[in-house]
Amino acid sequence: MNRVLNLLVVCAIVAAVFAAFSYLELDLKALTGDGGLGQMGAYAERFLHPDLSAEHLQAVAHGALETLAMSGLGTLLAMALGLLLALPAAGRFGWPLQSAARLLLNALRAIPELVWAALTVLAAGLGPNAGTLALALHTSGVLGRLFAEALENAPAEPAAAIRLQGGGQVAAFCFGTLPNLWPQLLAYSLYRWENNIRMASVLGFVGAGGLGQMLYTTLSLFQEAQASTVIIAMLVLVLLVDALSDLMRQRYVRA
Amino acid sequence: MLKAHTRDPAAFTRLMLTLLALAVLWPGVQLSELNPGVLLQAENRQQIAAFTSAFWPPAHDAEFLKLLYEATLQTLAVATAGMAFALLLAIPTSLMASRALSLRAASRGGRAGVMSRLLRMPVRGLLIFLRSVPEIVWALLFVRAVGLGPTAGVLAIAITYSGMLGKVYAEIFESVDQRPAHALLQAGSGRLTAFFYGILPSALAEVVSYTVYRWECAIRASVVMGFVGAGGLGQQIDLSMRMFAGGEVASILLAFFGLVLLADLLSRFLRGRLA
Amino acid sequence: MTIDLHDAGLRHGQVRALESVSLRIAKGERVAIIGPSGAGKSSLLHLMATAVQPSAGRLALFGEQPWALSARARQRLRARIGLVHQAPPLPPRQRVVTAVLAGRLGQWGTLQGLFNLVYPTDVPGAREVLAELGLAEKLFVQCGQLSGGQLQRVGIARVLYQRPELLLADEPVSAMDPVLADHSLALLNRHAQANGVTLVASLHAVELALAHFPRVIGIREGQVVFDCPADAVTDPMLDALYANEQFASQPAQGPTLAVQIPRC
Repeated sequence: MNRVLNLLVVCAIVAAVFAAFSYLELDLKALTGDGGLGQMGAYAERFLHPDLSAEHLQAVAHGALETLAMSGLGTLLAMALGLLLALPAAGRFGWPLQSAARLLLNALRAIPELVWAALTVLAAGLGPNAGTLALALHTSGVLGRLFAEALENAPAEPAAAIRLQGGGQVAAFCFGTLPNLWPQLLAYSLYRWENNIRMASVLGFVGAGGLGQMLYTTLSLFQEAQASTVIIAMLVLVLLVDALSDLMRQRYVRA
Repeated sequence: MLKAHTRDPAAFTRLMLTLLALAVLWPGVQLSELNPGVLLQAENRQQIAAFTSAFWPPAHDAEFLKLLYEATLQTLAVATAGMAFALLLAIPTSLMASRALSLRAASRGGRAGVMSRLLRMPVRGLLIFLRSVPEIVWALLFVRAVGLGPTAGVLAIAITYSGMLGKVYAEIFESVDQRPAHALLQAGSGRLTAFFYGILPSALAEVVSYTVYRWECAIRASVVMGFVGAGGLGQQIDLSMRMFAGGEVASILLAFFGLVLLADLLSRFLRGRLA
Repeated sequence: MTIDLHDAGLRHGQVRALESVSLRIAKGERVAIIGPSGAGKSSLLHLMATAVQPSAGRLALFGEQPWALSARARQRLRARIGLVHQAPPLPPRQRVVTAVLAGRLGQWGTLQGLFNLVYPTDVPGAREVLAELGLAEKLFVQCGQLSGGQLQRVGIARVLYQRPELLLADEPVSAMDPVLADHSLALLNRHAQANGVTLVASLHAVELALAHFPRVIGIREGQVVFDCPADAVTDPMLDALYANEQFASQPAQGPTLAVQIPRC
């Protein structure tokens, strides 16, 4: 019975894939044949000569630092807000607050960063501030939910023991629960930072500063050489953050 | 008598790390021009309020709903087709990149030799490159190359996700028990046979689980890419926002939430069933 | 009267852990509680530590009824009671020095407590307590790297650092070898005698109980079977207490840490 059901599911998936292709009417022939590939090749070729002049490099470097700051600070703020919301969401303060906190966290994380950025640009104006706030708001929803799950699964004995010897709630949490929880929280946060550095590049498209904004303007002005430098800078940033995050994971999240 | 030191050996490191964090934080705040108070300023609050009040009621005229339905289907189709292409690229590259199929490693208890590591590096490098450039950048480039519409989205997802899937598949293959595959390789079987008989059975559950999870992410990614012209719900949001049609934006967002919810449910069902 | 239990009972759902227990323990007394596994020794100690509320009867500590007090007053009362747990509730990644200093969290304010989390302010004090237990060189080691017996000694050190007026110990030496167990119990008794602390310990090894404690209480199936001076305990009494005892209790496991690293 199980096998039949599994087979049906697999067939359904294959059928769905075919349906997707036929719905999109992907005209791959137009893409590749009839000089289409040649056109793409010519377009790609324009990117192979990045603009490495000192002036442009300086602008790109500034944009890169802005993007790095956006992603880092956004993630940091999200950690703080996420932890704050995770405490009620894990049921520490009773049932009504738990529902309210979970609702808030779901709302924060359901709205994609780009939509948040559109809202924050409206509120805070163009520039990296909007981007940082958008990342912080969305990521706090994601991290808050992950933190709440981790909090629910953490052993309660150490904190209970501290309460039993007269310690306060805050002390019991920090001495008893947090040491066990901290590696998991850090692992999730580092993972989101790796994601946020990619998103930070993208938020610039709606005016939130950083490399994204530079890429959008250069591509719109058909300055492929300058755009190519920006893309290389994005690549370097992503690799850098991935490496840093890996380093911190080795150091602090050794399980 | 030995003077017992009363200082905590970790104190110095912690102090240095704190100072380092502060030293990095200050310019970081300057660079990002961080100012959360902006959200609370009166005139900004009014602007947000005005914008969000236009969300109600969400647009629900028949013509728009039809448009919405088609855009949703398009987003779903882009994500599925993109994942299919990604799989086509990811499976062979992950096999090439994974040390699980290294003949050298089979006879050395799992440690790959220098040559096999060197030969596998370009493939791994390619996978890292493919996944490190944000997919929306690919989308932007493809929109310029092949025009507006879902094709750009499909290609962008195919490229980025092939990198992600390939890298994770390679890691999964390396993380399961290697001994069955090693035994087969040492007995003289071909690499592909060793893979199907030795590695795939134990790795399949995790591979399927991760793939379904990535499909869910692909749906959200295709909405984001629509923003730059790759079709689907994202493109609709962009158009509606430009026209300040709050009601339409609200409807599209609701459709997006519904889609994400459905995808989440489907993903959990599939992962439960197949993994 | 430090501890005054009158007809106290404890139920866990359908299970009656303790029934009609009446005890009086004066200040400065040193009492051992013995009995077979599952007899209710841990439940009795947790009852005395105000970890659980009695489902019947009355409990008075230091002349006050803890469960009739406000929560804040009960916390202040708890700061005067120290409980050595059978399985030390120490987070694996916490260093021994921080774990020991946590003993005084009931007496410190929140800020002082939090400061000690990042920088231990009383290293000599912690060192002194650990030295008596033979663990001085493990001061800056993480708890997760200690053996079961070492972990139990750190748990004892924490309670000693707390300087409570009432010291309760739940199988404090179950994971230690006989020599170390003897030494630790001797230490606890010396500490109790020197500082006028009331000491109540549950033990599995009858010889150790009889050797170190002047008063012994026997518990079986949740009820007090005998309560007399150590030299008045006879072999027939012990046989009746431990009738049908199958195996000695296993030392309890500490908490394990499992971290899920998300895939990218």
